[in-house]
Amino acid sequence: MKTKQKTVRISIIGFGYVGNGVAEVIRRKREAIASKHGIDLKVVGIADLKGVIADEQGLSEEAIKALNAGKNPGDMTGLELIRDVEHEVMVETTPTNVETGEPGLTHIITAFNSGRHVVTSNKGPIARDYRMLMELAAKRGRELKFEASVGGAMPIISLVQDNLAGNGVTSIKGILNGTCNYILTRMVEENLPYEHVLKEAQEIGIAETDPTKDVEGVDTAVKLVILANSVFGMNATYKDVTVKGITEITLDALKLADDAGYVIKLIGDVDSDGRLEVAPRLVPKDDPLNVCGTLNVATIKTDLAGEITVIGKGAGPIEAASAVLSDIVGLYS
Amino acid sequence: MKVSMSIELKDIPGQLVLALQPISDFGGNIRSVVHHRDKKTPSGRIPLQLVLEIEERNLSVLVDRLKERGVNVVRIGEERLMDSMVVLLIGHIVHSDIRETIDNIDSTGFAEVVELSLSMPGVDLKSSASVTISAVGTEELKDALAILEAAAEKKGIMVIASI
Repeated sequence: MKTKQKTVRISIIGFGYVGNGVAEVIRRKREAIASKHGIDLKVVGIADLKGVIADEQGLSEEAIKALNAGKNPGDMTGLELIRDVEHEVMVETTPTNVETGEPGLTHIITAFNSGRHVVTSNKGPIARDYRMLMELAAKRGRELKFEASVGGAMPIISLVQDNLAGNGVTSIKGILNGTCNYILTRMVEENLPYEHVLKEAQEIGIAETDPTKDVEGVDTAVKLVILANSVFGMNATYKDVTVKGITEITLDALKLADDAGYVIKLIGDVDSDGRLEVAPRLVPKDDPLNVCGTLNVATIKTDLAGEITVIGKGAGPIEAASAVLSDIVGLYS
Repeated sequence: MKVSMSIELKDIPGQLVLALQPISDFGGNIRSVVHHRDKKTPSGRIPLQLVLEIEERNLSVLVDRLKERGVNVVRIGEERLMDSMVVLLIGHIVHSDIRETIDNIDSTGFAEVVELSLSMPGVDLKSSASVTISAVGTEELKDALAILEAAAEKKGIMVIASI
């Protein structure tokens, strides 16, 4: 138990599923983190399209509820919150835009220029402008953390950078999109065609109304770019990835694969030679990459530790918030 | 070439080295050794199963050398196709003449299509196939896959390769 408490003030920019999840896990884990790590986490500001609220003493649950209900729009902008309300960490959880990186990009730049650390789940800015953002963070003496952007709750970036420090990583391949994995798993299990399972996934909220980014491999490719840049030190963008999705996968193909001892999975694959590929691949049934449902998985090939495989929940507000929270705690331990 | 060999050794110390030394002398690469100590022959010798890679021209000299050293060579067999892989294809496979693609692989001399399963759900629908390719080695297998991928791309067929 640490006795000396350090107060860490946090803003959450983008208050959808993940942003709400972050507020929720901070509320649930605040005392445990205070006693275990000596950090008192305090959410002092939230910004969303619904409005902007701030309280230097820490926002009350009532204020957060009112914001979610659209009853408390406040009178400042998100950028003013980042700039003018004193805090240590800006959590960026706005939706991903792969083309422009916005609005996350501007939020992150503003946060660094205002002396905040940044923890984000937003893939857009990290995939698009990784090097520029890391350089800006270094210039301002701040840190940029983005574990939640790849694999949700599954630790992969800090696993490689911290736990496997000293290892040379030769390749990472895995399933980085839970929606595709769910669809392919259900097609096999229920003997149903692609279109049918996609509709079902949309009905239960696993696939979005516009599932293009997931099923055509874009989401996996963007995560691959983040891994390429952060783990392999590349300066890759989405355009460098060869991408093939799962829309053409037939039930017959899955059956033929099954007969031959394989399953078909949408695999993202990056290696130290700079090859970046997203494609449906045959995975032997006994391979650790054969995980079912919405699970994510990655096998990291290293020169010292050999192959390490991590499996975890790739999506969900609390799961993503788990990765955000560990990034925040990681800043201070 | 890859060769499998059954030999028999006398049951006295030093026989294994005696049998394996000539293989490395002739630049051979031993892939597997199985020592059947529990299955002695009626003449009291110990059978040994070897798989090795060796230049074809060195094989007969190697066998002579082994015999000179008192090693019985019971059987020699060439294991021509060492590696194989399964690849799935999705598209208008039959209409786009899969025969030609298979011929292209078979005519390389180092790889063959050894199995083909085809599913054709309907005349206008895309069919799916699983193709097993065998080749003399890993590199040759990759070359065979490249031939298949190039042909498939031209014909608009999707290839799903193993990880």
